[in-house]
Amino acid sequence: MLSTAKRAGAAPPPATPNGQWSQLPLPVRYLKNWVRRHRLAPYLLLLPSAVAIGLLLVWPAIQLGIYSFQDYGLPQVTGAAGTQWTGFGNFSTILSDPEFWSSLKLSVAFSAIVVPLTLVVGTLVGLLLNRLGRRMAAFVSTAALLAWATPAVSASVLFVWVFDPDGGLVDWVLRRLPGWLDGGAHWNGFSWTNAALPAYTVITLLVVWQSFPFIAVSVLAGLKTMPPELAESARVDGAGPWQIFWRITYPVLKPIFMVLLLLSVIWDFGVFTQVYVVIGGLGNRDEFNLGIYAYDHAFTMPPTYGLASALALILTVVLLIITVGYVRASVRQGAID
Amino acid sequence: MRSRRFRRAALNGGGVIVALVTLIPIFWMLSTAFKPSTEIYSLTPRLLPSHPTLGNFRAVIDGSVIGMPYWTFLRNSLVVTLASVAISSVIALLAAIAVARFRFRFRATYLIMLLIVQMLPQQALVIAIFLDFKGLNLLDSLVGLIVAYTAFALPVTIWMLRNFVATVPREVEEAAAIDGAGPVRVYWKILLPLVAPGLVATSVFAFIFAWNEFVFALTFLGTDTAKYTLPLYVQYFQQKGTVDWGATMAASTLFTIPVVAFFLIVQRRISSGLVAGAVKG
Repeated sequence: MLSTAKRAGAAPPPATPNGQWSQLPLPVRYLKNWVRRHRLAPYLLLLPSAVAIGLLLVWPAIQLGIYSFQDYGLPQVTGAAGTQWTGFGNFSTILSDPEFWSSLKLSVAFSAIVVPLTLVVGTLVGLLLNRLGRRMAAFVSTAALLAWATPAVSASVLFVWVFDPDGGLVDWVLRRLPGWLDGGAHWNGFSWTNAALPAYTVITLLVVWQSFPFIAVSVLAGLKTMPPELAESARVDGAGPWQIFWRITYPVLKPIFMVLLLLSVIWDFGVFTQVYVVIGGLGNRDEFNLGIYAYDHAFTMPPTYGLASALALILTVVLLIITVGYVRASVRQGAID
Repeated sequence: MRSRRFRRAALNGGGVIVALVTLIPIFWMLSTAFKPSTEIYSLTPRLLPSHPTLGNFRAVIDGSVIGMPYWTFLRNSLVVTLASVAISSVIALLAAIAVARFRFRFRATYLIMLLIVQMLPQQALVIAIFLDFKGLNLLDSLVGLIVAYTAFALPVTIWMLRNFVATVPREVEEAAAIDGAGPVRVYWKILLPLVAPGLVATSVFAFIFAWNEFVFALTFLGTDTAKYTLPLYVQYFQQKGTVDWGATMAASTLFTIPVVAFFLIVQRRISSGLVAGAVKG
């Protein structure tokens, strides 16, 4: 009875048996009453996180929106010149810049290849893990966990070394492959990072290597919730593995696949660290994706923060549109009770 | 009968292939780290070092490769990571109590806001945060990184902790309240010990995020090499004309080990929740 009344916030603070409450100084007591009467406790608890997130995530996003309509460069940072509003000037500069279109094309093409590849590889490994015996499954998932756990910078540096023209493992293997597999001496000292296509081949393998474990583990978690009789009875009726997957597994796990698809698009469209390390910083402009291109405008001298913000805003808006889908899928799965 | 045995063998074979292909790069990192340079650049690379050496690790630790010892960067990384994990855990716990224990206006809004901001691209926001930090003198300082890492860890840690708080039965707290404990005491003495395992798990995720983070460190720390955190340090090897791959792989190994260890600790939690994905680089 007492606890219900308290939760409703209607009852005055109970006098504690040991008189602890009345020992507090009057202003503190008054404040406590006030918090309780107005049911402010949850808002007070949220305050620190709301301030931190507001100042470092939400406000910078708004700032990007503001800066993208300004001519913001070094003079504005040092205070030598005032704010200059340029309307849609930055956006029209961007849209007429061929480098923007090539970086956008790279980002889109990269996601279009890596997302399905990661999903297919991850799902196959998840299905495999589900069928393996316990010890074998533990072995395979530990291996996958190691790839997943490797920090992006370590993994990127490692792949650059594996694909290095002097002493790298891949060029050495390719040199020794038989001719019908395109092996041979032309791989001698082949540089994988000097042009966009080979560089993004390396980044593709790198990102798939790092992200398939997450897909596999998530698919496996979904498979474990499925009653095994479903697939069993289909098998008895003569359905092959292909049919079982598309007729039974996929429809049941569709919400999970939806979330995984959206997360993968968000990550792969916005991939930064791996690209930055593999292409070796901001040197090769024809290897920029959208994120690196925006970053380059802000942090290569002379900085053009206005243009960079407009680019970053485009990237953010694209990702937010996909995020809306992700949030809706999560809410439908009951993420917010 | 035979077809079943055949299928089992095929599945196991598939498992072995997947595991080996996945392990090759990691194996190559370790193998290179223990090779003397004559073997690293040999015309026919060997899988295992024929004369294993600790020379690369020694060169990394006493700093003969880039002029500064490993300890400097380890210290920077530890300071930034531990501080941001500690602060974000406290803030996240408060917020988790609010969303798991109270019904109030904007509760659902707040939760959805967390889901959305979690997806904002760091490399976009970094432009505005850089300019803000410039005005606040937080560039080239570990404090700036701590502030940024704390805030960026929050959406995921709140989201995760919320589930842990929700699993603690409300009756335990109510019983304590009836016995005369004030709300602060209830949370401190009753709730905290019960959510401790969850707090450990979320701290590990915050740790991995801060330990691995690259974009902010790259942008905020500029050219002050002595402030570099480990990810920048590992990448710094590449900026020097000819790369010493033995030392790079040794540094990379030392940087990777703690993360892998933590991953193994939370292995079971990882497989049970989609939130795990938020730790991606």
